This record gives sequence, structure tokens and C-alpha cells, in this order.
Amino acid sequence: MDTIEVSNLNRQFLFRQKHVGQSKAKVARDAVLRFRPNISITPYHANVKDPDFNVDFFKQFNVVLNGLDNLDARRHVNRLCLAADVPLVESGTTGFLGQVTIHLKGKTECYECQPKPAPKSYPVCTITSTPSKFVHCIVWAKDLLFAKLFGDKAQDNDLNVRSGNASTSDHTDDVFERRTDEDIEEYGRRIYDHVFGYNIEVALSNEETWKNRNRPRPIYSKDVLPERPINQNGNMDGASATDNPSSVSAMASLGMKNPQEIWSLMENSKIFLEALKLFFGKRDKEIGNLSFDKDDQLAVEFVTSAANIRASSFGIPLHSLFESKGMAGNIVHAVATTNAIIAGLIVIEAIKVLQKDAKNYRMTYCLEHPSKKMLLMPVEPYEPNKSCYVCSETPLTLEINTHQSTLRDFVDKIVKAKLGMNLPLIMHGSALLYEVGDDLEEDMVANYAANLEKVMSELPSPVTSGTLLTVEDLQQELTCNINVKHRDEFDEEKEPDGMVLSGWTQAPAVEKKDENHVGNGVGTSKNMPTNAEQVEMNEDLEIVPADVEIPAEKKRKLSEISNNDGLGTSRGAAETNSHSKVEELDDDDDVVFICDGDSDTIKRKKLH
Amino acid sequence: MDGEELTQQETELYDRQIRVWGVDAQRRLSKANVLVCGMTGTVAEFCKNIVLAGVGSVTLVDDGVVTEEALSANFLIPPDESVYKGRTLAELCCDSLKEFNSMVRVSVEKGDISSFRVDFFSKFDVVVISSCSLATKKLINEKCRRLLRRVAFYIVDCRDSCGEIFVDLQSYKYTKKKVDEAVEFELKYPSFEEAITTPWRKLPRKTAKLYFAMRVIEKFEEAEGRNPAETSLLDLPGVLKKRKELCEAESLNESQIPDSLLERLVVGTQEFPPVCAVIGGILGQEVIKVISGKGDPLKNFFFFDAFDGKGIIEDISNPDAAS
Repeated sequence: MDTIEVSNLNRQFLFRQKHVGQSKAKVARDAVLRFRPNISITPYHANVKDPDFNVDFFKQFNVVLNGLDNLDARRHVNRLCLAADVPLVESGTTGFLGQVTIHLKGKTECYECQPKPAPKSYPVCTITSTPSKFVHCIVWAKDLLFAKLFGDKAQDNDLNVRSGNASTSDHTDDVFERRTDEDIEEYGRRIYDHVFGYNIEVALSNEETWKNRNRPRPIYSKDVLPERPINQNGNMDGASATDNPSSVSAMASLGMKNPQEIWSLMENSKIFLEALKLFFGKRDKEIGNLSFDKDDQLAVEFVTSAANIRASSFGIPLHSLFESKGMAGNIVHAVATTNAIIAGLIVIEAIKVLQKDAKNYRMTYCLEHPSKKMLLMPVEPYEPNKSCYVCSETPLTLEINTHQSTLRDFVDKIVKAKLGMNLPLIMHGSALLYEVGDDLEEDMVANYAANLEKVMSELPSPVTSGTLLTVEDLQQELTCNINVKHRDEFDEEKEPDGMVLSGWTQAPAVEKKDENHVGNGVGTSKNMPTNAEQVEMNEDLEIVPADVEIPAEKKRKLSEISNNDGLGTSRGAAETNSHSKVEELDDDDDVVFICDGDSDTIKRKKLH
Repeated sequence: MDGEELTQQETELYDRQIRVWGVDAQRRLSKANVLVCGMTGTVAEFCKNIVLAGVGSVTLVDDGVVTEEALSANFLIPPDESVYKGRTLAELCCDSLKEFNSMVRVSVEKGDISSFRVDFFSKFDVVVISSCSLATKKLINEKCRRLLRRVAFYIVDCRDSCGEIFVDLQSYKYTKKKVDEAVEFELKYPSFEEAITTPWRKLPRKTAKLYFAMRVIEKFEEAEGRNPAETSLLDLPGVLKKRKELCEAESLNESQIPDSLLERLVVGTQEFPPVCAVIGGILGQEVIKVISGKGDPLKNFFFFDAFDGKGIIEDISNPDAAS
């Protein structure tokens, strides 16, 4: 359902400048027909999660090749391919890294047998009160401040959450509203002083928070920008001659041209105020409806400057617009060559599937640095993970406070986010607690809506410790059985969801089936880096699986990656702290063999 | 346009790759001139990659005309006979390539590359040749080496579902950041002729079989006066004989060059499109590394065989060769 963007054109070569804005599926089809006129290609400009693309739809095909850019869609297609019993060739690239994997129901691991890291999320208090990394400031600027000022006012917003104290007054929300006829420059400074000055002072008043942390310093606009600017480059409005909202830019207005430059606190403050001014001056109709878009220059300028001022306050290094945009927009770096290599490998694998050449199915990894002289490393697929809840129906365990967590919490945080279900159905025994669908009767819909707001233990069919819940997605043909265990307390930092799903064995590079070691839920595989230098992962980031040895590369901060000091250092590789080795078999057997370092551990079994 | 800064158009278009290799590297790319000879399917893929990357210019050499084979592997050739009739491969590919990136100058050079003078090559930073005879490979490599400024030289060929890349960067210096300091590396590359005269028995036992197989075929084609990839099943006995001859001279066990592999290469003379994409991608990345001066360049052969799926680097240099 995607449309073509300019930034696609450096690698998606079926598209041209003139196609920007058009449907990718349709333009791709037309482009291919130009050099191979006699193929049947049907484009669907639609979301693959659409109910139309059901099991019957997938059954039409001999093979499915994925070129998706998010985990959610990949999991969805994985389930549909399992349900339809159609082979799936998956793939992904980031910078110089990439891989192709193959999945056949019952014969190989499915895409979810190895839990994939979920998109990174941060504890609320880190974002609102105790940021320690620049990315925390970006999230604050984007999801809190930008949302508060320009987004839907009805949305909950944690902007004034303070750790510990109750909020001091009821007027807090009004602070962000611009008063009628308030001078825009004054308004801007007022907001600036409130979030960078006052809020910090309030936070500082809670001694506990800062016992073991560096104290932030409050910043006030009068100290950074003592004089009100009258004319910047003689261009008070900031916009160029055109009134086109999309060309409005604070940088342009202030004569700042280089997105790679790291601005000073003063420059950031100027941009902040100018951007705010331009939003209210030139785009006021959009205010209240805006959501952050990485291609919205003014939004990016605003978020960058806000994040930088906050970073300055907390002693965190500042970043350029270019770097900030990458973080705020979850931009995946990408080049044409890696994509070409992976595309070729995908086709090679697909042909094997069509020829039913099962013995030769391979997972292939494209490395940045050779391992044992290999840049392209084929690996035999593994047998399905018997504990995979997707293809092997393993029951899961959910620890939750049944008296505090609501059904809605369960649906949003577990069923949709962790289990990746799209149109779920939740049952307790024969009682239907919740379902989604177009054909439901009004009273059912009302019933479910009411259920969502209830805590688990007060549902019509109460869910307490020992309850077995069945969660299903009929489209994905996936059923999960969940054992509920009540727990009173959850660690705010480590378990921010207030509930913990567990039960499937992680990638076997982890040790034996030890109850205490069981993972925390999708995304917290043991192979994730845990130190403070953790690199933010983008949703699209397809990581090379844990058990392939990648030559250890120093983990780099995002700021370093954007600078000119190294060809795309492998963010993917950095994620894999593997202890296993790649070995070549003796003799001339050409297949590279992956084995676990420790022979006592559970071995994933090779197919042959 | 600013002298040194990237234009806004470039910044926008190249955003995703600038995030990989940086602004500096992108600037260098925009100044690089690449010469390409032999518009095979693989070379078409390679050209697409470097044009998308934003090199300064690409010059194409190939006076050949469109054949069935070319249509089956080269996606730059429009399949409409009324369009391609009477035009050379270079001309057709040039037109297609221009569409990928209007900021890259794509042009055609007519003639036989073996007759071009040495100073012609001095206009380029990178030279890539494909589908050339053994004699031509050596000749062009030598011409590049005679220039004062370093010209990076590459040979690329794909047959059946295999691909081979050869790299000659002569004496190549580059820096890499290790921890907090910049470390300088220097690599010395042999010419193609030097490399292939490395005695076979001196090579590691597990050296890619494809290396030897390609040399056998190369020698066979030379001895028989054939054009590159002008072989068929009928030639298999002759090729096996050549293998025997070479293995005896090199004291290498014939089993190191399997019959099956030779047969595939002798019979399967056409390129296989997905392999073109893989090889064109690897080659594209190598050229970008050298132009930008960043990243460890491949030394000095790369082999890929879709049959086993391995992409292997072999360092084949002759320690006895005169420097």
C-alpha cells in the first residue's frame, strides 16, 4: 500500500522521479512489463493485513516472496503461509548486511520460531524525567512535546508526569494552549521556559531521582536568546515566496543550510522558536491534527531543536538534523547493491522451491566482512522449533495483576503487540470475552466495549490466577493458549507493560530450559546488547540470527554511524553477541555447518 | 551549484545511502569516472548500481548487437525489436541507464577496446571489463597499470550459475578507524597475468574449484581461437583434455576440478539473471568502496556458485613473480 518517495529512488530502480506519490505496486508492475512483456503481474495497492488476503488467497500461490519493511506484517504473512501451507522466502537488508531465509510448514523453522526483536521502547519515566541518551530526548520531543503542541488534544500525554510527586495544579494542561491573541514570539518563549526551565526545576526538587544521576540544568530563553529577533535575513515570515506549507522551513528562514551541522544551544533555540512560529503562522489549520512525519521538514526541525535543548539540559551530546531525523523517523539506511544481492539470492531460493529441490534449500547471509573467506554464507535451514507458539502451539504463561490490568491492556500489549494478532478473538472456556469483526451485532459490540474497560478479575467470566485463556486470529489461523498467573508487583523499568508473557524457548544459543531464564517476551532475547551503549533498533531491522558468528564489531552509537568514520558499521551485527562458531565440514562437503558452541545445549536440528 | 557541497537534490535523493557511507564518500562518488566494456547482464546490473549511487560518469563500450542471449540476461535492453534494431548494445544500455539518475553522465565509446591507447584509460578512475578473451584481459590490465595515476581494474564474468570477479588495485592505501585512531592500510595487488601464473600447487588446498575451472576454460578458448563463451557440449572432451594437460603441468590432482563443474561451464554459456544481480551487486559495492576510499576492498578474486550458494574471496598472488 506504499507510495513512492524520493528517498526510495537511490535503490528502488523500477521507480522514477515522476512516479513520486504513486502506488509502488502499480508502478513496479508497469516497469517490469516494459522489459518482460509476457508475464502476468497483478498489483494490489492494499495492506497485506487486509482480510481479503486470507488463507484461500495465499493458497493460490506456489511460493511467497516477502519484501516487507516491518515486523508486524512479516509475522502476519508468516502465519498465513503456514495456514495455507505455502513456502515463504523471507528477506531483509540494512546497509551492507542482508539475509534470505526460507520457511516451509512442518519442514523448517517458521519465521517466528526464532523470536525477532520487537521495536525498541523506553520506560515512560526515562523519557519524561531521566533521559540519559539522545534518543530519549528525541522520543520526548516527538511523542510528547510535538504531540502536545500540534497533535490531537484529546490524546493522553505524559508531558507533565513527574516521578514521585502528584501534579501540582490542575492548570498544567492549559499551559500549552496559546492564549487568544497571544504574541507568537511570547508564546514560544513561554513554552520554551515551561518545558526547559520550569519543568526541570520541578524535577530537580525531587532529590531521590538525582541521588545517583547527573542533575539537569534548567534553561530559560532569556539566558540563551536575550533579544527578540526582529528580522532574520529580512524575512520575517520564514517562508519563501511560495505559500506552499511543505516548503516552510525554520532553517531556510534563519539562513542555516547544512543538515549535517551540529547546532549550538543558541542556534537550536532559534530554530525551536522559529519553527513554532512558522507552524502557527503558516500551518495553523493543521494544528491539532498533526502527527510527526519524517518527511515534514518543519516537524523534523522542531523535534531536532527541542531534543537538542533537552539534551543540552541533561548534559547529553547534541546531534545534527540529519542524525535526529534518522532517529525520529526510524530511518533504515539502505543502498542499491545489498538489495541487488539479496534480490538475486531470493530468486535463486524461489527457483529451488518451484523445482522442489528440498535438499538444497538454504538460508543465506550477506556479510559486510568476510567470515572464513565468505561474503555470502549459506546455512542449512533448521527443523521447526517445537516450542514455537506459532507453528507448534505451545501454551504460554502470562503474569499479570488481574485486579489492576484491564482487558484492553491485555489486548493492546499482549494480543496485538506481542502476539502480533490482527483480528483477535479471546475466550475463557466457552465464554467469548472479546472479538473483532464487521458482522457483529450491536449488543455484542457494546458488550465487548464494556469488557475492554474491566479489570481481568471482574470480567463476566472472571480471569484469575490459574485461568486458561484462548486467543485466536481466524485470518492468521493462529491459536494460542495462555495460562494466567496473578502477580501483584511489576518493575517499572524492566517490565514497563505491567505484565510478562513467557513460555517459548528462545534461540538455543541460550541455555537449557530453565524456568528462571525464560525470556521476557518477544524482543528481549538474550542476545540483545544490554549495556548502556545499546544501539537503537529500527523496526525494519532484520537481524542476522544469533548463531551465526559475525566478526565482533565495536557497537557504535548512532551519532557515530552518521558521521564519516566508517562504512555502515553493522548495526545488525552489533546485535549478535554469539558464542557459537561457524565450522566448515571436513572433506569437500560444501555446506557450511552451524553448530552451537556448547554441546550440552539444546541443538537446533539441521534438516539433513 | 556549490563547489563542494552536495546540492539539495542530491541530499534528498541520496539520503538513505549517505546514512551508510557519509557525505564525504558521496562527494567523491559524484566525481568518479567509470569505464565499462562488454554489456553483459552482469555488467548491466553493475552499471545500474553505480548510476543509482551517483557516480560522476559511466562510459560504455560494446559495439555488439542484440541477441537472444542478451535479451535473456540484460534487463536494460528494451525487448521491442523496432527499438533495438540497428543499435549497439552500448547505445541501448546508455539510453536506459540515463533514466535511472539524471545527475550521472552516461555515454558510449565506439571501437575495439584492445585498440584503445593507454592515455584513453587515464580519463577513468575505474575500468571494468567482461566477456573478453584471455589476451584482452591481460592487455587492458597492463594498459591500466602503465598510467601514472592509479586506475582500479576489474574483470567480471558469469557463466551458467557461476560468477567470477577479479580485482587489481595495484598499490592501494586506505584508512580505517580502529577504536579511536585512524590506521592506514596498504594492499599490494598482482596483475591478472601475475595472479594466474601462480603455480597451482602453491595455492591452499581448499581454493575455490571455480578458479581452476575458469582457467581451464579460458585456456581452452584461447587455444581454440574461440570468442568468450563460445563453447558447447561438443567441446567437453576437448576441455577435459585441457584440464588434464594443465593439471599435469601444475602437479594438481584432476579431481580438484570436477567434471560436473566443467560441464556446466562449457554447456551453460549463458548468464543466469539472479546471479547477474548478485555479482553485479558485489562488484558495485567494491567499486564504491574504492572510489570512496572506505571499507576493506576485496583481494583479489571473488567466486559465487548458486549451486552451493557460497560467495568466496580468494587471495591469489604469486610470491615468485617479479615486482
